[in-house]
Amino acid sequence: MLQNLLDFLSFQDINVRYVTFGSVLLAACSAVVGCFTFLKKKALVGDAVAHSVLPGVCLAFLATGTKNPVFLVVGAFLTGWISLIVIDWITANTKLKEDTAIGLVLSVFFGIGILLLTAIQHSGNASQAGLDSFLFGKAAALVGNDLIVFSTLAVVLLAVIFLFFKEFTLISFDLNFAKVIGYPVRKLELLLTTLTVLAVVVGIQAVGVVLMAAMLITPATAARFWTDKLPVMVLIAALMGAFSGFMGALVSYLSPSMPTGPWVVLVLSIVALFSFMFAPKKGILARMMLQRSNQRKICDENILKAMYQIGETDKDFFAERKFELIQEKRLFQTKYLKKGLNRLKREGYLQKKNNFWKFTKEGFEKGKRVTKLHRLWELYLTEYLRIAIDHVHDDAETMEHIITPEIEERLEQRLHYPTVDPHNTQIPK
Amino acid sequence: MIIHAKNPVLEVHDLTVSYNRKPVLWGIDLTLPKGALVGIVGPNGAGKSTLIKAIMGLIPQSSGFVKLFDQPLNKVRDQISYVPQRESVDWDFPASVFDIVMMGRYGKLGILKRPRQSDEDIVIDCLRKVRMEGFKDRQISQLSGGQQQRVFLARALAQKADLYFMDEPFAGVDMTTEQAIIEILREMRAEGKTVVVVHHDLQSVPNYFDWVILLNMRLVACGETEKVFTQELLQETYGGKLTLLVEVGDLLKKSEHPSRES
Repeated sequence: MLQNLLDFLSFQDINVRYVTFGSVLLAACSAVVGCFTFLKKKALVGDAVAHSVLPGVCLAFLATGTKNPVFLVVGAFLTGWISLIVIDWITANTKLKEDTAIGLVLSVFFGIGILLLTAIQHSGNASQAGLDSFLFGKAAALVGNDLIVFSTLAVVLLAVIFLFFKEFTLISFDLNFAKVIGYPVRKLELLLTTLTVLAVVVGIQAVGVVLMAAMLITPATAARFWTDKLPVMVLIAALMGAFSGFMGALVSYLSPSMPTGPWVVLVLSIVALFSFMFAPKKGILARMMLQRSNQRKICDENILKAMYQIGETDKDFFAERKFELIQEKRLFQTKYLKKGLNRLKREGYLQKKNNFWKFTKEGFEKGKRVTKLHRLWELYLTEYLRIAIDHVHDDAETMEHIITPEIEERLEQRLHYPTVDPHNTQIPK
Repeated sequence: MIIHAKNPVLEVHDLTVSYNRKPVLWGIDLTLPKGALVGIVGPNGAGKSTLIKAIMGLIPQSSGFVKLFDQPLNKVRDQISYVPQRESVDWDFPASVFDIVMMGRYGKLGILKRPRQSDEDIVIDCLRKVRMEGFKDRQISQLSGGQQQRVFLARALAQKADLYFMDEPFAGVDMTTEQAIIEILREMRAEGKTVVVVHHDLQSVPNYFDWVILLNMRLVACGETEKVFTQELLQETYGGKLTLLVEVGDLLKKSEHPSRES
């Protein structure tokens, strides 16, 4: 096993080089086209096309009797295209919605494909062996003529996307605007659709028709988590596609009986799952961290506010306070209050002496500010939104933590630098 | 009351527009003067957006024709700018404010050409006009509604057109932004440009617009605000649904009948 792995990674076998190069290129290529399919919200259409190329492959074989990739590609391309036309026709001329039309076309075309494939397999024609690899893909077949045909198509595809990047971006974002400025929108859409069909036709060699949609859409969705820039997104998607293509080729080499497609898709899914979880900002983990840090901030500021209010009552802000006194002022959970107090000490807002807590200068200022924001917001709600005085407290509890200094300034200005809040309590300066 | 403009920048002649065979605008005839701020006013479902979409060729016209600067649309596209409704696009698209405003230059650039330095200068300048230059690199999904609207306005400015159609530029916008936008529109008028705006707030109409189109499935009135924006004509625009017109429209749709013979 290990020896095999090393053999593969050394790339000494010329076939290994071909197969790997082919899978990487094909997978990257469908990922790039898939970005636009994804942005145009046509993910399902990709799936329909992928399934609809199977009858084309079979018919091409029946017509020519060979597995010459050129004929198969042409056949696949034709039925792929026809499926799109049928979907459009059904949506435009019947009461059926697009999703129904897609489901209908997908299953009918795929059904015919399976039917033909089964018939061919039982026909006793010796040259049919391997045709079924179009179902789940077979990277190991990417040598010789096949490789040349498919890679040429892939390179052409990438070149066209690069050339029309600006135009495809525009029609993906705002189709009507593109029409109004006089772009040949119909032709551009036609081109993009053709590219999608081509990407499918090219990609099926690596992953097969059943899983092709994943090749189009998964890299795009995963890449979207890492960036807000379209060119970067396309690049990341391409890299993710390339990586999974590489892994697929590797598995194919190590265990030739394994279908490549499922492995490529599996690797891709893991990459996508990783992105959903760990991508900065948009990933689930990053969002959880943000929520946690917000909760901490709220807790800390509430403690400082409580300390400030105790100071107000005692007319002494810098006296030492007992833990219980703070908890009496505001019902903190003991666990969180302890953690919060210690955090505030670490950050230099509080001092601790023999179990007593005391403001530092910075802590006092911060506690004062939070109190001030709370009361300012209460005043704003009663004065400008005419909300009853007994209803403004809860709202202010939230807003006091997120008001920025700029909004604070505008708030004070609009309220004419007030001195007391609606409950007639002093607003600190 | 339909007042016609001399040397109009826009002429709409006998325009009928249908959705699925059901006419939503009937026989519109109007002209607009150069250098005016024009408000399109009417109740919900009156066909205000439909009118500008039909003028822009986004919806097929069942009958009639439209002339801009005395030419068909295709000859003068680079003199025309269109600002769609804010909700018509997905603001979660991976693009920055700068990218979107740059799209305003695409018409002049043409297919397959990359933006030049001069285009970038224009984009920055337009962002400055709508006071969004500080947001140049911001991802568009992070913008507020008013900011999105200003980005669309900047994109329109970047087109350097002469006639602008804006679909509800004041929708979902706070008072300050509305004031800022109307200020910009007035500057555009001062430069001799014509701006046609779909508008909802009747109160501000006399203050904002020189010329008003009152619409309710058919043209009720079109002309100078002081002559057309009257109690009586507003009553006619907003008073009661045109039940008969709606019923006939439904009938046409049901029987798959064309709205014009031929």
